Amino acid sequence: MPESSERIITFSQAVNEALAEEMRREKTVFIIGEDVAEAGTPFKVLSGLVEEFGTERVLDSPISESGFTGIGVGAAMTGMRPVVDIMFGDFMTITMDQIVNQAAKIHYMSGGKLKVPMVVRTNLGASRRSGAQHSQSLHVWLSHIPGLKVVLPSTPYDAKGLLKTAIRDDNPVVIFEDKMMFQDKGNVPEDDYAIPFGVADIKKEGTDITLIGTSSMVQIALEAADLLAEKDISAEVIDPRTVMPLDKKTLIESAIKTSRVIVIDEGYDSYGVTAEIASVIAEGAFYHLEAPVKRIGAMDVPIPFSPVLEDLTVPNAGMVVEMAKTLCAAA
Amino acid sequence: MANKDENNSQFNSAEKDITEKEHSIHMFRQMLKIRKFEENVNQLYTSAKMPGLSHLSIGQEAVAVGVCEALRNDDYITSTHRGHGHCLAKGAATNLMFAELLGKASGYCRGKGGSMHIADQDSGNLGANAIVGGSAGIATGAALSAKMRGTDQVSVCFFGDGALGQGIIYEVMNMASLWSLPVIYVCENNLYTEYTHYTETTAGDITARAKAFHIHAEEIEGQDVRQVLSTSGKLVQRARSGQGPSFLLCNTYRYFGHHVGDINRAYYRTKDEENDWKTNRDPLIIFSNWMTSSGLLNDSDLDQVESEVQTEIEDAVQFALDAPYPKPEEVKKHVYA
Repeated sequence: MPESSERIITFSQAVNEALAEEMRREKTVFIIGEDVAEAGTPFKVLSGLVEEFGTERVLDSPISESGFTGIGVGAAMTGMRPVVDIMFGDFMTITMDQIVNQAAKIHYMSGGKLKVPMVVRTNLGASRRSGAQHSQSLHVWLSHIPGLKVVLPSTPYDAKGLLKTAIRDDNPVVIFEDKMMFQDKGNVPEDDYAIPFGVADIKKEGTDITLIGTSSMVQIALEAADLLAEKDISAEVIDPRTVMPLDKKTLIESAIKTSRVIVIDEGYDSYGVTAEIASVIAEGAFYHLEAPVKRIGAMDVPIPFSPVLEDLTVPNAGMVVEMAKTLCAAA
Repeated sequence: MANKDENNSQFNSAEKDITEKEHSIHMFRQMLKIRKFEENVNQLYTSAKMPGLSHLSIGQEAVAVGVCEALRNDDYITSTHRGHGHCLAKGAATNLMFAELLGKASGYCRGKGGSMHIADQDSGNLGANAIVGGSAGIATGAALSAKMRGTDQVSVCFFGDGALGQGIIYEVMNMASLWSLPVIYVCENNLYTEYTHYTETTAGDITARAKAFHIHAEEIEGQDVRQVLSTSGKLVQRARSGQGPSFLLCNTYRYFGHHVGDINRAYYRTKDEENDWKTNRDPLIIFSNWMTSSGLLNDSDLDQVESEVQTEIEDAVQFALDAPYPKPEEVKKHVYA
């Protein structure tokens, strides 16, 4: 990160800046989605964009996720670079035909002739007391589909740099932002920068155990690392930043170095991103491991409404610490 | 194809003569090409030379040709699982089509698409689509794109009566109307949603569904290519001049089954019905009768076209049969751009 231009802004502002800068740079970039214009989305992430770019480039759509995602696909195939806004990650279910059967496959099915340079911006994460249909983390659904790229920014700096890369990419890219992070603050330089996909970020170096976190779980991993340090356990924390493509090399190298790994992701425990990463490490670092690769995901239940129940379903630093202590004691 | 626009405008004008003759021959050739192409597809299937299945549009040629003749090369279409006719009518080459159907490397999609996924950006074809109604968003998005880029391109979405059951059609028609997009929704009602008569799956009035969105809608005899062309021409003009979307319901019929393997159809339709359409409402007969009776062409002109098309198709089939399969390393190419 360049030190020359220390500037603290929120995650939400970082996303907004990325969009504004890319829209200024490239006329074919436009935004389409529900309440994206004057409302700036319920999270106010897009506030001010319609004032600068007009309703021709910030299009308020009807509540038709399938329809306007499909329109994004068609526009992308014919010279535009749409950023499709899906208000809640849970609503990705409604777009699945357009993303999975259309956007992801068009380049391949056409023998490489057609391209779909489209970004889908949506979110993940529980803890907002929003109930089972506004709280899921469904990024693994998309990560399973060849032809898509899946991005999970964890800081304002990454949110901006990864979104810029997504907009400039010639493939369909789905970005999941944790809706609990929109007000998080961080250093974001004024300079134009983009972060390449498939390059993990080593957030903290350590020697005893590797904590691989995605999205807001990076913060959980960092908290856990601090707590573990008090117990003389040195944790390395890695953020893959994109799960498709996945920086396998960095993850495996860290596993070889520390010999113990916990993967933390807010998708469901079963069949999740954590399973894929654990498998990558098991294959790549098997003979260097002192303990089985462990996973922590969201509890396999529909996200409950009641705060006392909901909080039980989401990974937290305490869980990570306990698991890490067990793994390190086993050595 | 190069002077198609010119032909179109003259065809639709009062001054006909030679240009109309040329254009009529061209349209007849296009329809005949689709028919012979698909007869050969069926042949390739029954002789086990073609992998997979294929959905034939024989009987529906006038819709594909009538609509596409009203378009420019740079206008867009999206097509369906029953899409060979649309692709050919928009300008695809028969040899590259056959090669694709046989899974050959020289096919339109390098053998990775197949019968239901032929795309040809050089002729404005954004792809056939094997999800019923699945291309409605793409066609509408192409229209939005044309409007945003300030071109006067028009986008046509072909779909069958079966797609009337898919919600996305109505989602995008709503947006096309709100934003006055240059898109034409062409519904080919061939009476059967796969193996079920459309009246068992479709409530109410079809064009009323479009009209509810304040989309201009027309219903026509889809077997008469002249009627399809003249109506399409009007709708294309509307779209090109910024007057927004339209909906064209074409009543038509497929002579073959839902796909090439659908041989025994008695449980959903009668031989008498099929024969009635083939005898009394065949698009090629209707158009050739009109051409000969109006003195534009005589039987020997038609014979000549037939023989030329026959030769083209035979050569194209041979080209595809002789073409190499993709190399194994092709399988991982084009997952990402």
